[in-house]
Amino acid sequence: MTPFPFSAIVGQDEMKRAMILTAIDASIGGVLVFGDRGTGKSTAVRALAALLPPIKAIKNCPVNSAKAAQVPSWANLKTKRAHEMPTPVVDLPLGATEDRVTGALDIEKALTKGEKAFQPGLLAKANRGYLYIDEVNLLEDHIVDLLLDVAQSGENVVEREGLSIRHPARFVLVGSGNPEEGELRPQLLDRFGLSVEVTSPTDIDERVEVIKRRDAFENDNTAFMLRWQAEDAAIRDRILTARKALGKLKTSDKVLKDVAELCLALGSDGLRGELTLLKAARAYAAWRDDTALTRAHLRDVAPMALRHRLRRDPLDEAGSGTRVARTVDEVLG
Amino acid sequence: MAHVSHGPWTKFLDNWQRATLALQLLAIDPGLGGIMIRARSGPVRDQLLKRIDPYARKIHPAISDEALFGGLDLAATLSAGHVVKKAGLLSKPGPLVLTMAERAPVRFAAHLAMALDRGEGLTLIALDEGAEPDEAVDPKLSERLAFHIDLSDVSLRDIATIPPGIAGQPPTAPSGGGFTPTRGRELPSVPQKALEQITQIAAQLGIDSLRAPLFALRAAKAHAALHNRDEITAKDIETACALTLAHRATRIPEPEPKEPEAPPPDQSTDTQENPLDIPNELILDAVRALLPDNLLDRLAAQKARQGRGNGSGAARKGNRRGRPLPSRPGRLTDGARLDLIGTLRAAAPWQTIRCNATGREGLHIRPSDFRIKRYEEKSDRLLIFTVDASGSAALTRLAEAKGAVELLLSQAYARRDHVALVAFRGSDAELLLPPTRSLVQTKRRLAGLPGGGGTPLAAGMRTAFDQALQATRKGLTPTVAILTDGRANIALDGSADRKKAASDAQQMAKVLRSNGVGALVIDTGNRPELALRNLAQTLDAAYLPLPRADAQRLSQSVATALGD
Repeated sequence: MTPFPFSAIVGQDEMKRAMILTAIDASIGGVLVFGDRGTGKSTAVRALAALLPPIKAIKNCPVNSAKAAQVPSWANLKTKRAHEMPTPVVDLPLGATEDRVTGALDIEKALTKGEKAFQPGLLAKANRGYLYIDEVNLLEDHIVDLLLDVAQSGENVVEREGLSIRHPARFVLVGSGNPEEGELRPQLLDRFGLSVEVTSPTDIDERVEVIKRRDAFENDNTAFMLRWQAEDAAIRDRILTARKALGKLKTSDKVLKDVAELCLALGSDGLRGELTLLKAARAYAAWRDDTALTRAHLRDVAPMALRHRLRRDPLDEAGSGTRVARTVDEVLG
Repeated sequence: MAHVSHGPWTKFLDNWQRATLALQLLAIDPGLGGIMIRARSGPVRDQLLKRIDPYARKIHPAISDEALFGGLDLAATLSAGHVVKKAGLLSKPGPLVLTMAERAPVRFAAHLAMALDRGEGLTLIALDEGAEPDEAVDPKLSERLAFHIDLSDVSLRDIATIPPGIAGQPPTAPSGGGFTPTRGRELPSVPQKALEQITQIAAQLGIDSLRAPLFALRAAKAHAALHNRDEITAKDIETACALTLAHRATRIPEPEPKEPEAPPPDQSTDTQENPLDIPNELILDAVRALLPDNLLDRLAAQKARQGRGNGSGAARKGNRRGRPLPSRPGRLTDGARLDLIGTLRAAAPWQTIRCNATGREGLHIRPSDFRIKRYEEKSDRLLIFTVDASGSAALTRLAEAKGAVELLLSQAYARRDHVALVAFRGSDAELLLPPTRSLVQTKRRLAGLPGGGGTPLAAGMRTAFDQALQATRKGLTPTVAILTDGRANIALDGSADRKKAASDAQQMAKVLRSNGVGALVIDTGNRPELALRNLAQTLDAAYLPLPRADAQRLSQSVATALGD
């Protein structure tokens, strides 16, 4: 089934914004979407895949290299021609074994030809694209450990069964989950650049609209896709424009100081909070076609960049998003 | 049947009829996801299962991932010399019967949920055999199944006496074909108004998820198609709402006060002209008729069940270490360890036959001989003593608590207990002894303890909770034992506000409980304190009044309360 069009998603502005920001600047480092059941988390992620602009890569390269020189030798590619391909969005299913994630000995070749060859895994496939983990909080611990390392270093190292291979694995990590079913380890939380909390809309008109669009989508898929095609294309164009504008964006020292003060006041661990907040704010300014970074941008992206980096307070029922918003008001006035 | 234009006619349907109706709707539109049937195994359930395709694939919660998703068939590959792949059960459309659905672990449920989300015509018949109310199918899965039917009250006699034709269903169920999607006709489209109505009703019933109204919508269409109608009627909507919404309700909507100006006789003539003109109230009535009487209790049970989160290491696989169990036949998958002796023993009787068959000398071992080692592991327990070090009696209480900790630790060789000690006094709590099993370290750490000041019970519980969470991540099973003799009088923020202190403590208790941390409240006061008893209740914990407890009695009662 074709994914639901991104632009047709009703409401959920923060989630949509977070996803667009990672599409503008991949180095922000991914999105974590936490929310109740039936709020359209996975719908949004799958919609994003269709929205992303295509990338240029060498045809048949297992790690989607941009240049012929970067194609790993173990790929044994004869011809190295570049072609345009959709940004890879790779699903990491919950039960995936370590072999499938990192890659392993190619059993088919080993059995039929007696060759020792490497069969790339999901991490290779996701290079330069997105790695999506649904129910990320239920992921097995050993897979989490592995991901933490790769997401940090951008390189996948396989040392097993007599294979010794390393290949680039830079991807945007997108996770979704239901917080009722388990928390994420702080270390993994920290690897996600942005985090958003989604709830189902409370406004009855909005709910009706969701149902209406979903019904139309299922009833007459082609007509519905056609109807939203233009809107999706407009978002894609805006993402591309914003990517170009990102380099020209001015960042004053004053804003940098604001960023630091904000993170200090919130007591977020490490410097990753500052960096992500800055990057997200810049991407947001570029998205809005503004030429300089201001406090207004910080204010809008601070909750999503910082809420998962705070120390957990079990008594705070309002959630850390409100805590961030409160501190933002205090610091930025 | 007589035309019932109004009123909750679904009331006339009993659970059995609802179940068969749901099966029919599911056959028409696989997009409904599936049906959850709560019933013990028995003739009634068998009757229902007979209506499903007899060749429907059956799965159980312990099924391997390979069987579900397919993969390399190693045995076949090795014998054939080329790669043989197995197709997974989830890759084909059609009904899938899941037995013992209530035992489905959360990861397995996630797999199935993902497969259902793909929308490739896969439908799931989940057979829930849960005996207790809190033994239920994982919410992730039940959320994606449109219908939930409880057959536990249906007797075989009820089935036989169904007057044929009620609810317009054919007297005999479509044989086998109950499940070949009968997409003979296009599903009717739903008018705008009905769509709004369904959404409103779902909201009124307090259903947050938007899957519910979507299911109701699909069910209404399927119901219309079942009756060969091209248009949705009020009856379709009513039936659909009753079938798909009632079990998801988290709120019982109050009946609206009757408005005097709407004369009922007029309404029925209206309905004939416009079949959709049915007030929300009537549909709600139909749903309300299906709501369980103990809705609130059920919700509470669900709340208590939440948050047995894993994903951070609490889940114990238990097949690598622990007490060995008899080995079983199995496959050599990732974590499995071969029981060599068991394998050889299983292969031994076959050696002559296999030698003759292959004409090859030597040892013949086939994959079916593999025996896999199994271990049973009990995760270690962590007892977090949370001791009130405030007020005058602090010193003695602390001394006794120390004594109890040391006593428990000295028995730790027999039991796998770790112990931690948190003391709260003044305005804050302090972790005096991080989780340990070392007696020497404990004695050294607990040598000098200060006492006096206010009673920041909530702060103590919070420190204990932090420790409990960390312990869970390491795979320990934490229990918090609270020792105090009085009421909380210092709030979490350090202010001396009795009221806030009490509510903070209650709040912390709820947090502990919802995170599944076991607890124990020991009242060391001279007279039992009501507030502490209430706290224990909120914690779902045992309450032990132990005035003038000494270390010996303390450690004994803790051990008894923990069920050793």
